[in-house]
Amino acid sequence: MSTLCAGCGHDSVTAAVVEACWGLSLQPEQLVKLSGIGCSSKTTAYFVSGSHGFNAVHGRMPSIASGANAANRSLTYVGVSGDGDSLSIGIGQLVHVIRRNVNMLYLIENNGVYGLTKGQFSASADIGTKAKRGDVNASPPIDPVLLALSLGATFVARSFSGDKAQLVPLIQAGMRHNGFALIDVLSPCVTFNDHEGSTKSYGFTREHYQAVTEADFVPHAEEISVDYPAGESIPVSLHDGSRVLLRKLDPAYDPTDRSAAYSYIENKLKQNEYVTGLIHIDERDSTEFHNVNKTAKVPLNRVPFEQLSPGSAALDKLMARYR
Amino acid sequence: MPSLTVEASRINDFVVKFANVNGTGSASANSLIMKAIFRMGIPVAGKNYFPSNIQGLPTWYEIRVTRDGYAARASHVDIMVAMNAETYSKDVREVKSGGYLIYDSTWPRSALLQRGDINVIPVPLARLVNENFDGVRNRILLKNIAYAGVLAALLDVDLDVISGLLNESYAKKPKLLDSNTRALRLGYDYVKANLSSPLPLRVEHMDKTRGHIMIDGNTAAGLGCVYAGATVGAWYPITPSTSLMDAFKGFCERYRVDAETGERNFAILQAEDELAAIGMVLGASWNGARAFTPTSGPGISLMNEFVGLAYYAEVPAVIFDVQRVGPSTGMPTRTQQSDILICAYASHGDTRHVLLFPANPEECFYMAVQAFDLAERLQTPVFVLSDLDIGMNDWMCPDLKWDDSYRPDRGKVLSQEELAGLEKFYRYVDRDDDAIPYRTLPGTSQKGAYFTRGSGHNQFGGYTEDSAEYQVVLDRLRRKFTTASRYVPKPVAMGKGGSAVGIISIGSCDGAIREALDVLSQQKIDVDYLRVRAFPFNTDVEAFLKCHATIFVVEQNRDAQLKSLLILETAVEKSKLLSILSYSGLPISAQPIVDEIRAKLAEAPRLSAVPVK
Repeated sequence: MSTLCAGCGHDSVTAAVVEACWGLSLQPEQLVKLSGIGCSSKTTAYFVSGSHGFNAVHGRMPSIASGANAANRSLTYVGVSGDGDSLSIGIGQLVHVIRRNVNMLYLIENNGVYGLTKGQFSASADIGTKAKRGDVNASPPIDPVLLALSLGATFVARSFSGDKAQLVPLIQAGMRHNGFALIDVLSPCVTFNDHEGSTKSYGFTREHYQAVTEADFVPHAEEISVDYPAGESIPVSLHDGSRVLLRKLDPAYDPTDRSAAYSYIENKLKQNEYVTGLIHIDERDSTEFHNVNKTAKVPLNRVPFEQLSPGSAALDKLMARYR
Repeated sequence: MPSLTVEASRINDFVVKFANVNGTGSASANSLIMKAIFRMGIPVAGKNYFPSNIQGLPTWYEIRVTRDGYAARASHVDIMVAMNAETYSKDVREVKSGGYLIYDSTWPRSALLQRGDINVIPVPLARLVNENFDGVRNRILLKNIAYAGVLAALLDVDLDVISGLLNESYAKKPKLLDSNTRALRLGYDYVKANLSSPLPLRVEHMDKTRGHIMIDGNTAAGLGCVYAGATVGAWYPITPSTSLMDAFKGFCERYRVDAETGERNFAILQAEDELAAIGMVLGASWNGARAFTPTSGPGISLMNEFVGLAYYAEVPAVIFDVQRVGPSTGMPTRTQQSDILICAYASHGDTRHVLLFPANPEECFYMAVQAFDLAERLQTPVFVLSDLDIGMNDWMCPDLKWDDSYRPDRGKVLSQEELAGLEKFYRYVDRDDDAIPYRTLPGTSQKGAYFTRGSGHNQFGGYTEDSAEYQVVLDRLRRKFTTASRYVPKPVAMGKGGSAVGIISIGSCDGAIREALDVLSQQKIDVDYLRVRAFPFNTDVEAFLKCHATIFVVEQNRDAQLKSLLILETAVEKSKLLSILSYSGLPISAQPIVDEIRAKLAEAPRLSAVPVK
């Protein structure tokens, strides 16, 4: 049961995650929920109660996720974090989990404000945005999408908590992507950041919202059917055979070109426009952690002890090296 | 030919110290000499005093040839091999009266080397090497081997043994074997032709190293992690713990890679910092892998927050703290035991942690395995408190042995079948009345799902801000620490057991204390000795404290941290404990222990006589 404020955008994201899992027929025990500290991080306790969850310390969920994923590569890892958790106290771990390319979906529920400590600006607050008590933010924002793109993330998306139609397929695609998938979800804070003068309010967000791609997730077991006229969609195959269909709204936009995506998003941000949709995807990339590590296919936590411990004969032999 | 002062010959019992410049390849020459003596059956101990630097600064290596098998640093130098002109004056001063100084006489330094009471042995090493070899780098490297040849002649080291070692090192590099052999002979032949040899201080074959190896603690600990079945190692590089992960990686590449597919049964994560390294360990352990991190003091400081979470949420973790000199960055390449208190009570709030104190590389191996068993049995972080002296120096140890019947103690982890038999699973309920709850691993079944959190939780795993519910869990954690005292390794007792005077200590002080006990015993002073191997302290520690009137607490830090821990965590009367402290950054030696005990007993002579019953 959610304990967030009534109308909180985060609850809509929670609902989208549940719907996404349902749609993928993901067994609850195959899902691992991870989070840090903050309003957004509390939400992992509110969905899929049949899954294990880990509420880490503030800003340090990525390291828990990295270790958990190293130990068992066969589960689906979903991390839920906020802008404070990810872009201030936890930016070091976020940056490095992207570099490490840990196979997980990382959701940032981004509202530009610290809710649990009552309304301080976070690192994603825009310059000039006003706090409820009237303070004006003077520091430039860190945009998680640009950050992830510059670090070479292979799945980068942005959405809006109120846009379930867009969010659910993005979450599904992010879960199936073999590597680190980041979705920045603008999720206005109804209590501390939904007033006039805030650039992360519902009103502001709706007005400055531009969908660049429309994603539709197609599980690989299904026949692929496309509603969109040819020439207006790009199907992208995911590693497991399923596909994401991206509907191009801007004819010049190509989500597989990382540097083009970066310039596009940067320019749109200058015009105060939040571009949403699947901003970048690269399914040919092979830098996923276990791929690089050449980890055994059997999850490490299930490898029999006999295969891990070399035994007495090997030790006796090894001793010669130290004489 | 200089005349050497005639000293009564001392066989297999002296100290050679090498003064070098780091980054010049001296380490291989020094270890060549040490290993040769070891292979002659003579116990040796090697201590490396190196700078926090890669090239160009002074570095020293000390070989103690010790027929009695003492492991500690000796507090004197009999023979100085002075190869660093910058430190000549300091190095000359350090030689014991009647001792020897070997120097490169290519450039005479008579003004610097004047000391009437030592024997100066000039060898024109640079000239010899320059006349016989080409290339600047080559000459620098081979000069080291040439002085190894000089020492071989002066100390009477068996040349066949040295050749055997060179043959093994350069089995696949015949050119290098040839140049090294020639350099060795250069030094050796020069001594034979120009100086009287061997010295009265020399070696003779013994048979006291059979069944023993020379190994450092980090290598042994890394090997222990492989044997324990650890599959995930996460770390941030920090001196002096780095070689532990290097060792783990090396052994994994040898034993854990599938020959056909190249697939690896291990994952090593080089984290962005220690905050992340311990987080990775928690994530992996929570998910059912055996996971560990090696670090040192500054890393421990950073890990505190996560260690508190692991304690409270009951997540296993193994942390090797290879201690170095603090506070702050301190002296990264010097040794100390100054992280005892920060590890015992790491993190904010009421926390207490299990600590293991290995005394040598052999124990590093076995305690690495024990640490994983304890961490999983107790579902809590376990710290293995090694130090730079143990971790990075070469120690003579009995061969490491492995019992093939060993199986890891994974603790109370419920299987799918066990869960199916339960009406309902609750994460933090004390079902067995031993204060250890049951846990489940992600992926097992929906029935076993629970939420791990560092925020207030009740025994059913639910979030709580209810005082009574909170206290149920916190009180059980306190009881769990009592349970831990029954599982941790017992202390090791030495001495006759009847003395009123005792020594209590931990870890790498052991060698110096054993040696001090021998010296004291020769002086008819009997002292009992208890080496504590773990925290929480068990009943044997309490009993020892109770039955001795005066107890010297020997440790290598300024603030008497072990003594503080004993006062806080046992019933001992504070006034019974007297500290013997060493915190210079050099490994503790026996002499100051002997001196302090004698001085204190002289103040109160009755102490040695009256046993307390």
